[in-house]
Amino acid sequence: MNARESMEYDVVIVGGGPSGLSAAIRLKQLAADKGQDISVCLLEKGSEIGAHILSGAVLEPRTLNELIPDWKDKGAPLNTPAQKDQFLLLTETESIQLPTPPQMHNEGNYIISLGNFCRWLGQQAEELGVEIYPGFAAAEVLYHPDGSVKGVATGNVGTGKNGDQEGEPGIELWAKQTVFAEGCRGSLTKTLFERFKLRNGADPQTYGIGIKELWEVKPELHQPGKITHTAGWPMDTATYGGSFLYHLENNQVVVGFVVGLDYQNPYLSPYEEFQRFKTHPAIKGVFEGGRRLSYGARAISEGGLQSIPKLTFPGGVLIGDTAGFLNVPKIKGTHTAMKSAMLAAEAIAEALATAQEGQPIEAAAYTDKFKQSWLYDELYRVRNIRPSFRWGLWPAMLYSALDTYLFRGKAPWTLHHQHADHECLKPKDECTPIAYPKPDGVLTFDRLSSVFISNTNHSEDQPPHLKLKDPTVPIRVNLEKYDAPEQRYCPAGVYEIVGREEGEPRLQINAQNCVHCKTCDIKDPTQNIGWVTPEGGGGPNYPNM
Amino acid sequence: MKIVVPVKRVIDANVKVRLKADGSAVDSDNAKMSMNPFDEIAVEEAIRLKEAGAAGEIVAVSIGSDACQDVLRAALAMGADRALLIRTEAVLEPLAVAKLLREVVAREQPRLVICGKQSTDGDANQAGQMLAGLLGWPQATFASKLDLGTDGATVTREIDGGLEIIAVTLPAVVTTDLRLNSPRYTTLPNIMKAKKKPLDVVALDEFGVDTRPRLTTLGLAEPAARSAGVRVADVAELLAKLKNEAKVI
Ligand SMILES: Cc1cc2nc3c(=O)[nH]c(=O)nc-3n(C[C@H](O)[C@H](O)[C@H](O)COP(=O)(O)OP(=O)(O)OC[C@H]3O[C@@H](n4cnc5c(N)ncnc54)[C@H](O)[C@@H]3O)c2cc1C
Ligand code: SF4
Repeated sequence: MNARESMEYDVVIVGGGPSGLSAAIRLKQLAADKGQDISVCLLEKGSEIGAHILSGAVLEPRTLNELIPDWKDKGAPLNTPAQKDQFLLLTETESIQLPTPPQMHNEGNYIISLGNFCRWLGQQAEELGVEIYPGFAAAEVLYHPDGSVKGVATGNVGTGKNGDQEGEPGIELWAKQTVFAEGCRGSLTKTLFERFKLRNGADPQTYGIGIKELWEVKPELHQPGKITHTAGWPMDTATYGGSFLYHLENNQVVVGFVVGLDYQNPYLSPYEEFQRFKTHPAIKGVFEGGRRLSYGARAISEGGLQSIPKLTFPGGVLIGDTAGFLNVPKIKGTHTAMKSAMLAAEAIAEALATAQEGQPIEAAAYTDKFKQSWLYDELYRVRNIRPSFRWGLWPAMLYSALDTYLFRGKAPWTLHHQHADHECLKPKDECTPIAYPKPDGVLTFDRLSSVFISNTNHSEDQPPHLKLKDPTVPIRVNLEKYDAPEQRYCPAGVYEIVGREEGEPRLQINAQNCVHCKTCDIKDPTQNIGWVTPEGGGGPNYPNM
Repeated sequence: MKIVVPVKRVIDANVKVRLKADGSAVDSDNAKMSMNPFDEIAVEEAIRLKEAGAAGEIVAVSIGSDACQDVLRAALAMGADRALLIRTEAVLEPLAVAKLLREVVAREQPRLVICGKQSTDGDANQAGQMLAGLLGWPQATFASKLDLGTDGATVTREIDGGLEIIAVTLPAVVTTDLRLNSPRYTTLPNIMKAKKKPLDVVALDEFGVDTRPRLTTLGLAEPAARSAGVRVADVAELLAKLKNEAKVI
């Protein structure tokens, strides 16, 4: 293969989600204000901006107002103001309306497609002179001899199934600052955690998996702006999980389900729980006569403030969900991701202006700016809610009410996350298998017909992007001890145990179906599965998600 | 020798298309769009001819909205030299496309036009043939191999039941089939360079061509959903089902 070419920028941003795009925009705004020249390049692994974005989403416009105050005139796709909030507690057959917790109030918010919002942010960034390259994944972090980050390299392409064919080499992007905006469980961020010991002193990050469908419903059942959240059934009280149901524009309704990845029963299937949830008497009506348009899944960072790592290191910063800025009780991470991006951009612009030639730059002021911002205050107030759920649903609801109403988020203690999610799984012998109902093909569906409408594809001519450290572990440990939980937690049916009948079970990995949710990388009990970037452009092609 | 390559922006091959709820059209709302795969093969072939020294300038042409600049940039990133967008919001029928391309040929004077055999949206498989007809040029459709000489080309065509090898004189229109080549990966540096290559935008009206539709669409329907498969116990049951239920044997 030929040698890699290289390109140089002031700032390279990895990831075109709300955080990466906001950082790009803010940098260009600051450059214009100060007459500074800052070149910015952004890489996105999806085939286009928005292709890999999956969210709820109710957007709190607070950060958008700060970033682009005239967003209305610029045609931002915020078309559905939030109307009625509803919070339901479900039992198998009943639903009880609970008072909506204050974090879940949505006055002034908008129901949006985050993918479409990102498409719009991408246009704004390009107009400001940001170079955006979708279809290119950052596959590797590059370092200077002094250990500081030098930039990233895109992956090689066309190297064949076993990686042994002559392909096209990737390209090196060098930058004074590299901004990692990979979203939840970033694959490069993970390597930075180790290299720079960024997680020292922070709680383990905890996660949830969010699975979502987009429906077109009958016009008479459509109530634009309506917001429903549920807790309870079909989850047992020991497992953290709940649903969201939002009415968008154009007779579209999104429905989704989030399950905390600290669940214990290896027989649990977040996908099947979601399918089952839709059949609840209080829920199913809205889908009658409707049709499902799209499907997808994505992990969510749920650790909150306690789990935020060190944010800066020589040569780069972490922003958005890859650092874990999500507000969990609100299940909102967009305005927080964007805010962290703005703060980082400000620190970077300052650092670039005062940088000395040849010296690595660390935008350390970003951390101070964060501590002084409303973002810190917002995350501080809700920091105890998610950890309290390890006591189970009822004590947690009670505690959360106390923490919120009595202490107003200022309780003089902080609850910590004790375990990483992959440590929480119990051996199968200690758990009961769960019998899930069969899909009916109308309201509930199987995995494959779901993945089909996520428009997912990976070129076959590449090595698998799901790497096993030890190829014997899936059978020796995962199957023997946990009944191969990856068959159930993967929302795309990537992992299959085949050959059981012949007495030679083996794990088959259908990597081309992967929707890049990152759940396997998080939940695999021995951390034997590693998710790395496939060739750029591979993965889902979500419309309106 | 100059080559003109028409390229169309279509819904990406990975996207599962469906109709709008009222059945009036295909729903392309925020769907990923790409260059028609057969046109990608056409661009690739033109570049290979150029790299082999058999061709000179490559001009990519698209007809459609401003969004089509994306596919033109993609063609430039692959290696086309120049691009032309004929801007219109209207959806054109193959005859209108062919008429516009005839005007492009009159302006550009290429010796060869390489088109995709069809676009994956309309699947009409007409524009290339109509263009050759309007120009009075020879046509070699469904090409799986193209050897270019100075005055003519030898083209292997994919036809029902086999291959046909024909010779055409130049200028000519060639349409590409799937096996002609596999298009290259576009690299980041080439995408960056493509941003600086010339891309002209001309309004459709300036061509003075009658592009009014000649056809009326009566209706659109999605293919019937496949019913779920059943597991059969043995060969005997399979044969019985094929005979009595499917009635195919
Ligand atoms: C089911 C669900 C519901 C949610 N609901 C809401 C809600 O209602 N309101 C709300 O505010 N928030 C919600 N969130 C959270 C919100 O979506 C996230 O907080 C937000 O998207 C984080 O933005 P980000 O830019 O950090 O990361 P992402 O949005 O994840 O973007 C990261 C981008 O980087 C790209 N990328 C990653 N790695 C690489 C690489 N190595 N090279 C190139 N590109 C790369 C990805 O493809 C992606 O496009 C929800 C999330 C989920 C999953
Ligand atoms: S393979 Fe992993 S990342 Fe891909 S869809 Fe399955 S769980 Fe998600």
